[in-house]
Amino acid sequence: MQTLIIACGALAREVLALIELNSWQHMELICLPADLHLRPERIPDAVEAAVAAAGGKYQHIFVAYADCGTGGLLAARCEKLGVEMIAGPHCYSFFEGNEAFSARGEVTSFYLTDFLARQFEAFVWRPMGLDEHPELRDLYFGNYEKLVFLAQTEDEGLTQAAQAAAQKLGLDFERRFTGYGDLETALTDN
Amino acid sequence: MSDEEDDLILDELDDSELVLQMHDDLYDGMADEIAEAVHILLKRGWTPYDILTKALVEGMRIVGIDFRDGILFVPEVLLAAGAMKKGMVILKPLLVETGAPQLGKMVIGTVKGDIHDIGKNLVAMMMEGAGFEIVDLGINNPVEDYIDALKRENADILGMSALLTTTMPYMKTVIDTMIEQGIRDDYIVLVGGAPLNEEFGKAIGSDAYCRDAAVAVETAKAFMARKHNQA
Repeated sequence: MQTLIIACGALAREVLALIELNSWQHMELICLPADLHLRPERIPDAVEAAVAAAGGKYQHIFVAYADCGTGGLLAARCEKLGVEMIAGPHCYSFFEGNEAFSARGEVTSFYLTDFLARQFEAFVWRPMGLDEHPELRDLYFGNYEKLVFLAQTEDEGLTQAAQAAAQKLGLDFERRFTGYGDLETALTDN
Repeated sequence: MSDEEDDLILDELDDSELVLQMHDDLYDGMADEIAEAVHILLKRGWTPYDILTKALVEGMRIVGIDFRDGILFVPEVLLAAGAMKKGMVILKPLLVETGAPQLGKMVIGTVKGDIHDIGKNLVAMMMEGAGFEIVDLGINNPVEDYIDALKRENADILGMSALLTTTMPYMKTVIDTMIEQGIRDDYIVLVGGAPLNEEFGKAIGSDAYCRDAAVAVETAKAFMARKHNQA
């Protein structure tokens, strides 16, 4: 193995799918817990610990995170560590393609990816306390208009799950097929 | 909640017990109990200002500490804030009638491109509770909205909030425009929001980054005191 991919757990399936699709046999994947997104300020330390744990066993290390709410701190840490990461603010953006996402300039859309459609209860509904206090829903989502499901794969079950999530949040629904977007491009260079 | 606690009769508690109970009820987000306790204290002759500061603001200060320390999370803070709001709705008209110290005026809003307002609303509520007059511009504010409001309202403080990495740089656009117009130093500029940090606050030229609502209140008080000392 020559390249280690340190990825967000929310990208595990997608990175593994790309490794398989492209026969990237030189890549090894480790994932950090996806729920770090609930405390993004902890992501830089977690990434640094993973890089340290790799202990020089790889020729190359790539961090499969975008900024992910760290306010530039992850980019600064990666630079210090001498490792590259994915460009862009978050996975919604790089799945659609950073340029295309930014050009849309959407303000009132809430996004789900395949991972989040699958894990909606565990990563959105419950952490926001909506299972116990559904009355808080409009405090969180009252300014949103639409749930956009950015689909990485063609999966009718996930589309239905995303649609149900939109209904639960009281939002309109739109599905956009993105495939793997800039995630594939970023990994290809490794 | 045990049955015993469910049966607690607020009116039977003495003043100090009742205030402590209010801190507990705020912590637990029990809005109806807060409203009831506010009415009881008013009936006992408490001033609206004392109820606000000693019961509600102090209770939320405790909530803020436990949020900062990772003991409470956003849902609990929202419930506590909802309870405080219910108390404030009763007190607000009375505070206008009876008068309360005014520490300054703050224009606050979420920046352009950003619709997140939970943190901004918490700051506005805590600032109001601490004695600041609040002009809340809501969400998705372009630079003109901030600057027009600052001038129109003759405000002391500008508060800007952003939740997104993509929208937080807009705070610099606002501050740079204030510099261009020669009005930057007329106002205290405070910034906050989940992806921000102190370094960012300094880099864009704000006076301070405020980690949470309690810090925002303390920072605003400190800057206002300095301003008065200079005047």
